[in-house]
Amino acid sequence: MAETTLPAGAPLEPAALALLRARVATRLLDVGIRSLVPVVLALVAGGLLLAALGRNPFTFYGHVWDYGVAQDNWQQSAVSMVPLLLIAVGLTVIFRANIWNLGYNGQFALGAALVAGYGPTLVDRLPLWFAFVLLALLAAAVGAAWTLVPALLKAWYGTNEIITTLMMSFVGVDLADYLIKGPFQDPSIRTPQTRAIAFDKLLPPIPGTSIDVSLLVAFAAVLVVHYVLTRTAFGLRLHVLGANPRAARHMGIDLPRLTVSSFLISGALIGGAAAAYVLSPFWGYVRADQIPTYGDSIIPFVFLARLNALAVVPFVAFYAILSTGGDFAASQENLPTDFLLVLVGLILLFMTVIEYLGRRRELGSSYLPAGLVQALRATRRPAPKPALDERAVAASGVDADEGRA
Amino acid sequence: MSVHEHSASAGARAGGEPPLVELIGIRKAYPGVLANDDVSFSVRRGEVHCLLGENGAGKSTLIGILSGLVRPDAGAILIDGREVSIDSPRTALEHGIGTVYQHSTLIPALSVLENLMLGDTRRLRLDVAGARRRLAEFGEMLGVEVDPDATAADLSLGRQQQVEIVKALWRGSRVLVLDEPTSMLTPQAFAELEQVLGRLKGQGLGVVFITHKLHEALSLGDRITVLRQGRIAGTLEGKTLRAAPAEELRAAIVGLMFGEEAPVVTDVAELREDIERVELDHDRRRAAEAETVLELDDVSAPGHGTEPGVEHVSLRLGFGEILGVAGIDGNGQRALAEVVAGQRHATHGHIRLYDAPVTHLSVSARQKLGLRYVTDDRLGEGTLGGLSVSLNLFLKRIGQRPFWRFGRMQRGPIEQTAGELVQRFDVRTPSVSTRAGTLSGGNIQKVMLARELSFDPKVVVFHKPTYGLDVKTTATVRDMIRGLARAGGAALVISTDLDELLEICDRIAVLSRGRLVGIVANEPGAAEQVGRLMVGDAAVEAAA
Amino acid sequence: MSQLFWTTLVAAGLLAGVPLMFTALGELVSERAGVLNIGLEGMMLVGAYCGYLGAYYGHSVWVGYLAGMAGGTAGAVVMAVLCVWLGLDQIVVGIAITLAGEGITSVLYQSQFSSSQPRLGAPPVDAVPLLDRIPVLGKPLNGQFPLFSQPMLVYFGLAFAALLAWIFRSTNVGLNLRAAGEKPEALDAAGVDVVRTRTYATLSTGALAGLGGAYLSVVGAGGFQPFLTQGQGFMAIVVAMLARGRPLGVVVGSFLFGTTISLSPVLGAAGVRNIPDNVVHMLPFVAIILALIMFSRRAYLPPALALPYVRGAR
Repeated sequence: MAETTLPAGAPLEPAALALLRARVATRLLDVGIRSLVPVVLALVAGGLLLAALGRNPFTFYGHVWDYGVAQDNWQQSAVSMVPLLLIAVGLTVIFRANIWNLGYNGQFALGAALVAGYGPTLVDRLPLWFAFVLLALLAAAVGAAWTLVPALLKAWYGTNEIITTLMMSFVGVDLADYLIKGPFQDPSIRTPQTRAIAFDKLLPPIPGTSIDVSLLVAFAAVLVVHYVLTRTAFGLRLHVLGANPRAARHMGIDLPRLTVSSFLISGALIGGAAAAYVLSPFWGYVRADQIPTYGDSIIPFVFLARLNALAVVPFVAFYAILSTGGDFAASQENLPTDFLLVLVGLILLFMTVIEYLGRRRELGSSYLPAGLVQALRATRRPAPKPALDERAVAASGVDADEGRA
Repeated sequence: MSVHEHSASAGARAGGEPPLVELIGIRKAYPGVLANDDVSFSVRRGEVHCLLGENGAGKSTLIGILSGLVRPDAGAILIDGREVSIDSPRTALEHGIGTVYQHSTLIPALSVLENLMLGDTRRLRLDVAGARRRLAEFGEMLGVEVDPDATAADLSLGRQQQVEIVKALWRGSRVLVLDEPTSMLTPQAFAELEQVLGRLKGQGLGVVFITHKLHEALSLGDRITVLRQGRIAGTLEGKTLRAAPAEELRAAIVGLMFGEEAPVVTDVAELREDIERVELDHDRRRAAEAETVLELDDVSAPGHGTEPGVEHVSLRLGFGEILGVAGIDGNGQRALAEVVAGQRHATHGHIRLYDAPVTHLSVSARQKLGLRYVTDDRLGEGTLGGLSVSLNLFLKRIGQRPFWRFGRMQRGPIEQTAGELVQRFDVRTPSVSTRAGTLSGGNIQKVMLARELSFDPKVVVFHKPTYGLDVKTTATVRDMIRGLARAGGAALVISTDLDELLEICDRIAVLSRGRLVGIVANEPGAAEQVGRLMVGDAAVEAAA
Repeated sequence: MSQLFWTTLVAAGLLAGVPLMFTALGELVSERAGVLNIGLEGMMLVGAYCGYLGAYYGHSVWVGYLAGMAGGTAGAVVMAVLCVWLGLDQIVVGIAITLAGEGITSVLYQSQFSSSQPRLGAPPVDAVPLLDRIPVLGKPLNGQFPLFSQPMLVYFGLAFAALLAWIFRSTNVGLNLRAAGEKPEALDAAGVDVVRTRTYATLSTGALAGLGGAYLSVVGAGGFQPFLTQGQGFMAIVVAMLARGRPLGVVVGSFLFGTTISLSPVLGAAGVRNIPDNVVHMLPFVAIILALIMFSRRAYLPPALALPYVRGAR
């Protein structure tokens, strides 16, 4: 086994430094390509599907651009970005720990139902901003509470959370629909929906735009979560748990506690997304059986962003445009909006394939800027670890090691 | 020795017959390492050919090539003189090469019979009756008795190995490859293995026996080939083995195995041991009267999966003492290590550190009190390969000052202290930001040692501390353990390597089926006593 | 409780339980071989849609069944290639298959049939002579068909479950499957192609899930709706897990959960009305969670589940 003879901590020679920089640049380019290619491929495949259905893909995508970006429509996209971003961040946190919170639909639905149910009363009776904060906390609490059963089952008994969160999701959506049709029903109309909050009592816009302020809150949340994940003790514990639960136990990390707290944080963020959704000037109410399932669509982008809270922002922006423009484009072409679900599934599939190809070229962990080691010596590496470890390792690794030269 | 006699009488010295298997000019390279460099090797009918070499010499790769798991980059393989290509385990079996791997390939949840029938795809229905008969035949041939319906997980390790040998021979193999088969055997089981091999030789089979233990090769081998750093360092033929005196053989082999490093070697050359023993005797007697730093009082902890737990274990570790825990692998060692470290919950009993109860304290609390654990699972548990060396050094201190303040990571203190630790523990790494997974095994172990032995360690549990390490690093690690003891700390060394325990420990305890069956002072004769305890003789308890 | 109630209970349990049974048997095969198939929901849904197409255009339930199996297998091919051959993350690919399956079936159905939404006729019932006179278990009552008055496929299904049990216990194929899930290295060392074994297992799972979906649309619903399966694919995963690797357990579990899925007619027969639809709909999921709380510690999962097999990796 080759061993370097450099004493630890020795300063780097200029040649080595240049080599390192080149390698890091290559790495970043590599990561960038691997994040974008799946999207491009999915759009192409989606285009083929459109053609097979007798639609012109170029017209369709053209409409997507028109309705999603052109003129002032980008603001519309920006508004729809808010709940997407918060859900994405919520999923990023939990996926980092390699825990699968697939119950986002139920958590979102209940949060939305409760905010829409109590919203009209609260905004009338309380000072507006106080009401907003209270409603946001309520939604966050509900979202978090809805993760408790799966979280405790996993923490205490190791019960598979994929199934438990999914089941809770179905129950949550049903419960939300029931509440909307029941106690929260708007008594003055027949369609099953809640009382609409008056327009002047919804979130105000950022001055000069028609985007409501919740976008700023979402950005702030992104920054806070990113900081926590990359620079705090909690974030490191989460990373260790995600990379290797056995090692986490060995290091003395309290696994049950970490499991539950990461679940709660995830649920809270998703609940917050629901509050932003209901309180946005575009809505103000929710209709039963039609609560959006944003989480389904945003999942692939969470992975594409390598579980990095900052990197997920452009991806979410992209999807926001795609869905806002796509909704209109679909109705123009007489297509159901579920078409977007196909695109999303394709992105995930292409992503896994591209990951495989990328890993093969490099024999080993793929996303990290390994820096000096690669440049200065060749070592015998263990066989590539299964994808589960690498994803979480990758994301945090980028952050933990950035700036080291 | 008896095995040599068998070899002569079986008449296996093939006159003009081609060897059963011959490897010529084998070359296999991995990124950065030439695992096998122009290796030629053969096995004749009725002989045991031992392949001897340190860890990392290239033995496993060679075995992989023989058994079809690995394809060579260059070179030829001949079966009965005809060149063949072995591209999968199935092909290897078809050519008559049966392999018993170091890590068990028995499926624990299935029965012995099911394990044996696995892979026989000729007919859809399983021929259970036929398999039973065959097993009985093999049992007779090898002189062993195995219950066909027993669940593989319930068998003792020696029995499991016998089943594996039967499995390797099941499809009519003529060459048996044994990869380090004795690491987990009692002396009795080793004797049984010798007998089995003798009978196989009598049947005309060829056996390839891979080991890193010199005395085994001398005891069993008709031919001994030494591998060093991927190349054949030399071969000792039967004539030489029978003629030359033991000491000369030993020296010759050691020279082949280690080249110019031979003088540094401690465990294989049993020379230094005697000198050291005299020096340490004095220290050991002192340690025996010292105060107790760690006490286990009737501690029980559950097992995990197929591994047993510990039951009613009581022991005392004194100030400056190195206490060894010997035993065959899988007798509760991991449970013992984890319950002391706090990773496993004790269902019964008390653990005291300097007289203070720690039984219910968490891992991190025990860490802070100076109770540390160096795990044997370096990559799967002890380090996070994707994180930097510096972060790995503080993974057991997440959130603690000065490395974290109010939860925020403090890069400065982390890097600085990491740099100091890396220097102090001689970790060879380009920088502290290097990913730990890229370091060599020895340096990963040093990182773990740096982590556990820094910040005032008091009692450290070592689980297989030198397993798989090269000679230099092994010596360094053992020195660190001694250093810890000399400085007033105490060490609990759990290891399946009896030689290692005999070298560094003051007393040796024996773990058998989760119970502590005796503690032996490390004096002349300890090896035999320990061996007897491992097998289950009446408890030989000797207070230090 | 009246005869109507018990008959309805058995009939409703069967009606909803049969799709679940086929799908769960499929998942059983997969799981024993070490493949965790989260994409089951997608495969079942694609099978449901293809089954509907087959029955509609082919004018026969059997064409529908075959079409459904083909559809499910198509989804399984994706799983086999990406996860078994290439060793990619089984959970991510499973989610992808489910999402894509939901999307594609919804889009295709709405493209073709949104205006017409044709329904299929009632399926033929193949009553077992003599046995179909037994009250509750055999005799149809008030439009409810209990055990001995079921379409032929159901009897085949039950027989298949028994066959599967035999395969696991006494054949080469079964032993190989179990080894692939317990310890694939051992199977490889014994000279059996692990990838091939797992591929066959995965494809069978797709076929069975597709069959389950086809039964759901052709017999159960008599038509198709986007998202028809409503989580039953995931329920099948739980049924397979709780059955501890035994086909008989799957049959019983499917029937039990089936009664919670089609609870409305049962409640009606019991005289209980006025329970909101949404509450009735959520009950099967609550039942699953309760079952998991009570029994998950005893659920048996093979050690090599969801881990891709790479020769030589440690």
